[in-house]
Amino acid sequence: MDFTLTREQALAQKMYQEFAQNEVKPLAQEVDEEERFPEETVKKMAKLGMMGIYFPKEVGGTGADVLTYVMAVEEMSKVCGTTGVIISAHTSLCAAPIFENGTPEQKAKYLPKLCSGEWLGAFGLTEPGAGTDAQGQQTTAVETEDGWLLNGSKIFITNSGYADVFIIIAITGTVIDRRGRKAKEISAFIVERTDKGFSVGNHEKKMGIRGSSTCELIMEDCLIPKDRLLGKKGRGFQLAMATLDGGRIGIAAQALGIAEGALEETVAYVKERKQFGRPIAAFQNTQFELAEMKARINAAKYLVYAAAQKKQAVMNGAKVRYSVEAAEAKLIASRTASDVTRRCVQLFGGYGYTRDYPIERMMRDAKITEIYEGTSEVQMMVIAGDLLR
Amino acid sequence: MKAIVCVKQVPDTSGKVAVKPDGTLDRASMATITNPDDLSALEAALRLKDATGCEVDVITMGPPPAEGMLRECIARGADKAYLISGREFGGSDTFATSQIIAAGINKIGVEPEDVIFCGRQAIDGDTAQVGPQIAEKLGLPQVSYVADIQKDGNELVVKRMLEDGFMMVKVQTPCLLTCIKELNEPRYMSVGGIFECYDNEKHPMVVLDYPALKDDPLIEVDTIGLKGSPTNVFKSFTPPQKGAGMMLTSDAPAAELADILAKKHII
Repeated sequence: MDFTLTREQALAQKMYQEFAQNEVKPLAQEVDEEERFPEETVKKMAKLGMMGIYFPKEVGGTGADVLTYVMAVEEMSKVCGTTGVIISAHTSLCAAPIFENGTPEQKAKYLPKLCSGEWLGAFGLTEPGAGTDAQGQQTTAVETEDGWLLNGSKIFITNSGYADVFIIIAITGTVIDRRGRKAKEISAFIVERTDKGFSVGNHEKKMGIRGSSTCELIMEDCLIPKDRLLGKKGRGFQLAMATLDGGRIGIAAQALGIAEGALEETVAYVKERKQFGRPIAAFQNTQFELAEMKARINAAKYLVYAAAQKKQAVMNGAKVRYSVEAAEAKLIASRTASDVTRRCVQLFGGYGYTRDYPIERMMRDAKITEIYEGTSEVQMMVIAGDLLR
Repeated sequence: MKAIVCVKQVPDTSGKVAVKPDGTLDRASMATITNPDDLSALEAALRLKDATGCEVDVITMGPPPAEGMLRECIARGADKAYLISGREFGGSDTFATSQIIAAGINKIGVEPEDVIFCGRQAIDGDTAQVGPQIAEKLGLPQVSYVADIQKDGNELVVKRMLEDGFMMVKVQTPCLLTCIKELNEPRYMSVGGIFECYDNEKHPMVVLDYPALKDDPLIEVDTIGLKGSPTNVFKSFTPPQKGAGMMLTSDAPAAELADILAKKHII
């Protein structure tokens, strides 16, 4: 497989790196300390076309490709995990399902504003009682004469405090499944922040990605027009799973970026830090640690880029799925991020444990990548399910 | 109305500086960037485009790889690019360079409302001569050290930064401005711009070689290239670094200074 970047991709990577160094890195510590959503950065990224990178121009996108999108998440995450996930959740979890499942009217209404960054997107699947067991949904949507009436709540919703558009998964009835059992019929909806009966709850206090806005969503007799049903009625679970396949590539890219960023910081540090009269880079223990981390990061990188290429093939019209590639990329990249950042903190020693250096933040940020958009265990279920089919 | 921006690809002097045995810079072994002042010039032109919808053309003289820099200018928002490239132009000093670039600008054509933007100076040669020389050779009014630009009909009101103050200058178009970094903050390339910058139909890249320019009266054997260059580089070197300064904070700093100088046997 050829991972040579096209000249456009290489130029985009260069721009991302300059932007990350000048605009994102200087805010990273403050955003973490103050648990502040970096609104100003989102506006700047929107201006540069970073909120709709791989969607075609006809729907308001930038007209680039999936790998160029993945590299944006990767490069921002190198310096700030919070900024990386804002792009990922917005693009993969909100704009993508509308692009892939929306009616022409829905696409025309939402995609130009999402891609331009005028509107920020979010995705509501998780509930207090429905995490990995996504079938355990409680939120309901009842069809009435005036539209769909939604009731229930969602938790841990990324971008939610600042989002304008939400993809909401809800139960629309009961069906008999293939084995003759009663099952919940699940559908997807587009909900706008200003819809009556819809509200955003408290911001969660998190261990990492602390600037990312993670809140509860509450729907109390939230009435939305009939044309907000996204995709076919009863196909919401499949829509959510397909959306997460794409989302996992974004999170894998975030994890990859965090690991790369931590290694960059560490390489610079070990050359400066002196013990026993020598820079600690001179010790073989340091060198072996760096070497193994670098090799593991590249292994993860190839999986992430390969998954991006497979999704690109789908964008180009190929009738293939990329669930397994996305699961593999996320499983390995997120474990690499956690492993690498932990080892980097160890090389930093006591200084690495202080909040004066970015490395402990990176270690905290890394952990979430093993949990959200499907835990590592879920990724293994996907991979094993495919193996044993 | 259009804006023409002169840009230069320069070695990144924040990295390693390599010098060839003949004393000139070893450009091939150094990473290249767009000259920082030129990015301010481009940004000024792009703001004029934002305000008036005018076309922005970028022009450079350099070896074929300079195309990459021109593409980056397009990715930032420029419309068209001109690359002056040819063996005949090699070895040009500021006199010959301005001669050639002026001929290139003649080829593009200067209309009554046009503005030519240059960076104040390039970080490799630091001469600040090419911009003003281009203006002279095109017979255009020029304003150097530009820190602010207001358009007023076919006149520009320009703030000119000097060492001890500033000067407001009204200048008639067409004219040439040399811009300083303080003028603005250059924008980034946009993802959309990047994915369009190699589209030759939308953004033509015109190569101006010797045959394309030779009929211009400015182009003569003895006005271009090494032969047409009255100045020669004698030697290039990295100046020794200055030591850190010392702040004298006592109540009687003059006496303290005298004491230090006396100890060093300077006075």
